[in-house]
Amino acid sequence: MLAYYLQLGLRSLRRNPMLTALMVMAIGFGVSASMITYSVFRAVSGNPIPDKSSRLFVPQIDSWGPGRNEKGDPPGALNYVDAMALTRAHQASRMTLIYQVGLSTLPRDADSVPIATEGYAVTADFFTMFDASFLYGSGWSTADDDSRAADIVLSDGFNQRMFGGANSVGRKITLSGHDYRVVGVTRHWDPSPRFYVAWMGAEFDNPPDYYLLLNRALDLQIDNDGRNSCRGAITYKNWGEFLQSNCVWLMPWVELDTSSDVARYRSFLESYSADQQRAGRFGWAPNVRLPDVMQWQEVQHSVPPESRISLIVAMSFFAICLVNTIGLLLAKFMRRAGEIGVRRALGATRHEIYAQYLVEAAAVGLAGGLLGLLLTAVGMSGVGLLFEPEIARLAHLDVSLIGLTLVAAVFATIAAAFYPAWRAAQVQPAWQLKSN
Amino acid sequence: MSLPPMIAALRKHKAGVVLIALQIALTLAIVCNAVFIIYARIQNVQRRTGLDETNLFLVTQQWVGAPSGDSPADLEKLDTMLREDLNALGSMPGVESVTPVNSVPLFPSSWNGSESLKPGTDMRAGNARTTFYFGDEQLLKTFGLHLVAGRNFTAADVAHKALRDSSEPNVIIVTKPLADKLFPQGDALGKAIYLDGSNTPSTIVGEVERLQVPSVGSWASSFVWNSTIAPLRMNSNFSRYAVRTKPGRLEAVMRAVPSKLYAVNAMRVLDDDSVKSFKDIRAEAYRADIGMAVLMGVICLILLAVTAAGIVGLTSFWVGQRHRQIGVRRALGARKIDILHYFQMENLMIAGGGALVGIVLAVALNRVLMSKFEMQSMPAYYVLAGLAVVVALGQIAVFVPARRASNVPPVVATRSV
Repeated sequence: MLAYYLQLGLRSLRRNPMLTALMVMAIGFGVSASMITYSVFRAVSGNPIPDKSSRLFVPQIDSWGPGRNEKGDPPGALNYVDAMALTRAHQASRMTLIYQVGLSTLPRDADSVPIATEGYAVTADFFTMFDASFLYGSGWSTADDDSRAADIVLSDGFNQRMFGGANSVGRKITLSGHDYRVVGVTRHWDPSPRFYVAWMGAEFDNPPDYYLLLNRALDLQIDNDGRNSCRGAITYKNWGEFLQSNCVWLMPWVELDTSSDVARYRSFLESYSADQQRAGRFGWAPNVRLPDVMQWQEVQHSVPPESRISLIVAMSFFAICLVNTIGLLLAKFMRRAGEIGVRRALGATRHEIYAQYLVEAAAVGLAGGLLGLLLTAVGMSGVGLLFEPEIARLAHLDVSLIGLTLVAAVFATIAAAFYPAWRAAQVQPAWQLKSN
Repeated sequence: MSLPPMIAALRKHKAGVVLIALQIALTLAIVCNAVFIIYARIQNVQRRTGLDETNLFLVTQQWVGAPSGDSPADLEKLDTMLREDLNALGSMPGVESVTPVNSVPLFPSSWNGSESLKPGTDMRAGNARTTFYFGDEQLLKTFGLHLVAGRNFTAADVAHKALRDSSEPNVIIVTKPLADKLFPQGDALGKAIYLDGSNTPSTIVGEVERLQVPSVGSWASSFVWNSTIAPLRMNSNFSRYAVRTKPGRLEAVMRAVPSKLYAVNAMRVLDDDSVKSFKDIRAEAYRADIGMAVLMGVICLILLAVTAAGIVGLTSFWVGQRHRQIGVRRALGARKIDILHYFQMENLMIAGGGALVGIVLAVALNRVLMSKFEMQSMPAYYVLAGLAVVVALGQIAVFVPARRASNVPPVVATRSV
């Protein structure tokens, strides 16, 4: 029966090509605008590490105090003194510190000029905490952290560039005049957004080339290449004074497995801050936070405002297109009141009329969805107009988006057809037959 | 023409009337806000930076194996390397002037702080927020700034220091808006102020008319014209130079820069982004603004077209449905123009009603955007203009079906089907 309705529907759609084209275009434009903006939104607001996002936390300590902190909230990173104190305390099952470094190196072909490289200085737990997987070798151990070894882990892309993709474990690499020993090469592994550097605003930047052993980087006085935020008069004149300043620049993450661990760590942060207050380092009461990954992305506004605004605008646009479709479907269905009257008089139930017109609407929706798919594919290339290239490249048409486009178009059209189809089913056969 | 029968007729088509009115209301709300967003973005993009933007480009480079710069010997070594680069760039044919800089307006790198009339104040408690530009005596000429009071730096004013050294310059040049904020009487010239909570004074020796801060983000909008220029060469393992070329020579000079600098010292990093014209810097800074304006514009146009198409579709349906009634009216003496006017009037009422709802929606949407996205309040004339547009759109859309209605011959009244 449904197949017959579909046939009827298609025939009726052909009868008013203009009206049909209008509806298909309205749905096509509406759904493609929504899908293009949604694909970007999905890419920037997703959970980058679904398995562990509720077990990774940012310990925040207010080292600036009232009037200087972020409108009551502690700064988003730690200064050197607090970062080292938290590391030494060993209160979390795992902990890492991160800062961005920019170094130069010579690629392997001899006639080339030096190139700039970017990486993160991290501690041993970084790799296990963030689920890095390795192509060759592995990360370094906490013992290496303590012995301040010159270890480095390369990303697969950088390994390709420097060693032609060979197993480089144990080989030497020179960055800005210092030698490092390669201990591992990561498989392609790049959470999106790169939540662990959200505070630096680097969550959509190019992936890092390598990961340096943090203590080694500090020993070599490698400058922080990322965000640095200070309060009060800036008085430091050299590296040593910089480390003792109130500038925050080290990004801490801890891994806590159970809710009691979380509670215990929170009270540890409180007591640490209270100790600092007693020692006269902080002139204010403890003010700490311990957000997990998704809370952190919320706080750091990882989702660019353009993404939210354009999604809202596109959805409203789709809504108007649907209102338009309701009107056009109503016009289309009611124009056939006579026909409906005859069918009803010949014994069709209201239910059957209802089903017939919903099927017809679904056909419109499917056509709209196909047009929408085409427009979405075209529109994807225009995403770069609105977003930075780093974000635009995250948007792509995959199977799930194709499915979503078609399903959204069909369901939205059927939803829009409920009222017109109901009106069609309400047609009084006697009245129609009489007036004709 | 009397309205009561028209209203009575509309009540027979409640659903259609509500749908058209709703569509017009939503269209009005979206189009008003979208146009307002476009206007705000364009206004942002059209701000003058204060620079003479033509024939200007920026070079960013990094030395390989350079000293760290903390010891005095390192510092001198770095400064020598910097001055060698400056000489090399300045001696290129086609180059007008060159200065070391930390950033330029619209470039995504900035050094921000505060200024105070008293020594040793906390940074946040300063009298004015500001951005700092560091350069030498060639900076004003290279940027193309207008000195409105006082003097430019001399070569003797220019000092050099390490990146991490927080000591402050003896003399500075500030923008007029910043000078007026610090000294509302307009007597800033020659006065001493304290930078970033420092205890050593810096004297204002000149004022420039206008110089925008680097950041185009909303966080910098409160001090967008508050710039301070300090006569300093910053020494670290990277450096940045602004270069002004003679008219028409920009591209040739930009192409020649990498080989020139490699000839001075090959141990350095210059990549694709290292040599950048100001035109490109501007385009990158405002890409999101322009993209948003284009997106909103396209959506507005499609929206208006969809709404007009919807009106045409529904009115056509009504005309078909009332075929006989129109024939009867014509037979009873109504002229063609009366029928035309009837449909136009009907549309005016629906569009007018929808537009009134739309005004409320438009203002509500604007309030939501204001609270969520730091948007400004939309002036009333946007809503009024939007109202005129949607009513006019309704009249244009209704014209074709209405004229078809007016062409229904009176004889239809006598036919049974």
